[in-house]
Amino acid sequence: MGILDKHGVIERNATLLMVLSLVVVSIGGLVQIVPLFYLENTIEDVDGMRPYTPLELSGRDVYIREGCYVCHSQMIRPLRDEVERYGNYSLAAESQYDRPFQWGSKRTGPDLARVGGRYSDKWQVDHLKDPRSVVPESIMPSYAFLANRELNIEFIEDRIRAEQMVGVPYDQAMYDSAKSDVLAQLDPYSDGIDGLLERYPGAVARNFDGQPELTEMDALVAYLQVLGTMVDFSTFTPDESR
Amino acid sequence: MAKKPEKKEVETTGHIWDGIEEYNNPLPRWWLTTTYLTIIWGIGYIILYPAIPLPGGATPGVLGYSSRAEVQKDIDEVNERNAPLVERVNQLELAAIASDEEVGGFAINGGEAVFKTFCAQCHGSGAAGSPGYPNLADDEWLWGGTIEDIYETISVGIRDEANYDTRISQMPAFGADELLGKEEISTLVSYVGSLSGINGAGAAEAAAGEQLYLESCAACHGDNGEGDSFGGAPNLTDAIWLYGSDVAALTETISNSRFGVMPAWSGRLSESQIRQASVYIHALGGGE
Repeated sequence: MGILDKHGVIERNATLLMVLSLVVVSIGGLVQIVPLFYLENTIEDVDGMRPYTPLELSGRDVYIREGCYVCHSQMIRPLRDEVERYGNYSLAAESQYDRPFQWGSKRTGPDLARVGGRYSDKWQVDHLKDPRSVVPESIMPSYAFLANRELNIEFIEDRIRAEQMVGVPYDQAMYDSAKSDVLAQLDPYSDGIDGLLERYPGAVARNFDGQPELTEMDALVAYLQVLGTMVDFSTFTPDESR
Repeated sequence: MAKKPEKKEVETTGHIWDGIEEYNNPLPRWWLTTTYLTIIWGIGYIILYPAIPLPGGATPGVLGYSSRAEVQKDIDEVNERNAPLVERVNQLELAAIASDEEVGGFAINGGEAVFKTFCAQCHGSGAAGSPGYPNLADDEWLWGGTIEDIYETISVGIRDEANYDTRISQMPAFGADELLGKEEISTLVSYVGSLSGINGAGAAEAAAGEQLYLESCAACHGDNGEGDSFGGAPNLTDAIWLYGSDVAALTETISNSRFGVMPAWSGRLSESQIRQASVYIHALGGGE
């Protein structure tokens, strides 16, 4: 049996056992980690993707804070039934500015990857306030309080800075104008609107919750309305090899 | 049943812990065979399917499998099977589809599927709507109830900023824009309520209300409140009220106006899907 009979040596020498265990574990680790160094080439280039506006980003934070991901996925799988119900299957590029991504793992409610523009703002607000007022069969909890909570944008610049640090391409202008961009996105006739659209092409500016105040409802609806709308699939050609 | 370890033909490992010895039994054959089979399976999988991630992309595998190609194939297959039906739905006059022997059933069922997937969230799974979201099963139509009107509304939406041709009507906010005073609005509320018999109005109030109505409302809603589906002005003489008919709701409507939004579906649904949905909604009972 030769070498196999030598295991007694390892078992009797704690240091050797530890060193060899480390070797085995690092092989497993490398196999999982090294492919991540090539992550760039797993994300195909897609037109239209941009970082979230500060308002959308704040809405995303509300989405995460309220645990929406526990019941809603944001990941349309390449299966016919999903594509017919939700739209084009999700692309890696569509989550490239998500830290962390919101793919989710369970659908108690429907997938939200392409919910943007599918319903009116009013519906989103009505539905968040009292889901059963529009969908009697719904088991979603009410989030009416969001309409009464002022959106805190005191630290929005720091929030942008944090995104910069993990690699989301926010530039200095986006950082500097973060606060004014939040307010500009609530009013399509405001002075800041041109700057907002220049920094975030295709951003939609509206009073999302219909109230004059800046609330968390505004932010969340702004986020929901942008989901899945950045890539124009009428001009998108899928790379078959993926 | 496991073999009783009484027969001593199996050797022990030679280890003894507190008088306990350990048999040196070979691994069960079925277990070992399964292990080797999974390894062989794994090698076969790596050869056949995309597997090992490399800097230039994953190894493609000799079968050339891709999940994207697979889903496209599934979709193409169904589309191909439905192609003759879809083509006929697209060629027929909208009004002739429902009664067509070949595609009538296909269109109604297809339209129902579209409705349940995309429309039911607002209009309800039975199309009965809810406050602010119109009932599609009755015969009151804001933008017209002929099948062509329904088709147009689905295609371009209502007040959808992203659609150039969208349907737009703009009732003034008589209170918020200070076009009418509080008392005038109150008078108008009584008069409008009396049009459909919700409440009565005294003779003096009715006369004043009628005067206000003719000045401010009649241009769109008609002299008698019959509405105008061409301009999206609802009929005020029936018992159907999208936003409610009590004094508070009517006061809110006249003071601040209402701007319901429906997304345009021409970008999301195919021509045939929109036609099928139109046929289904028209057939719900209220179609003109």
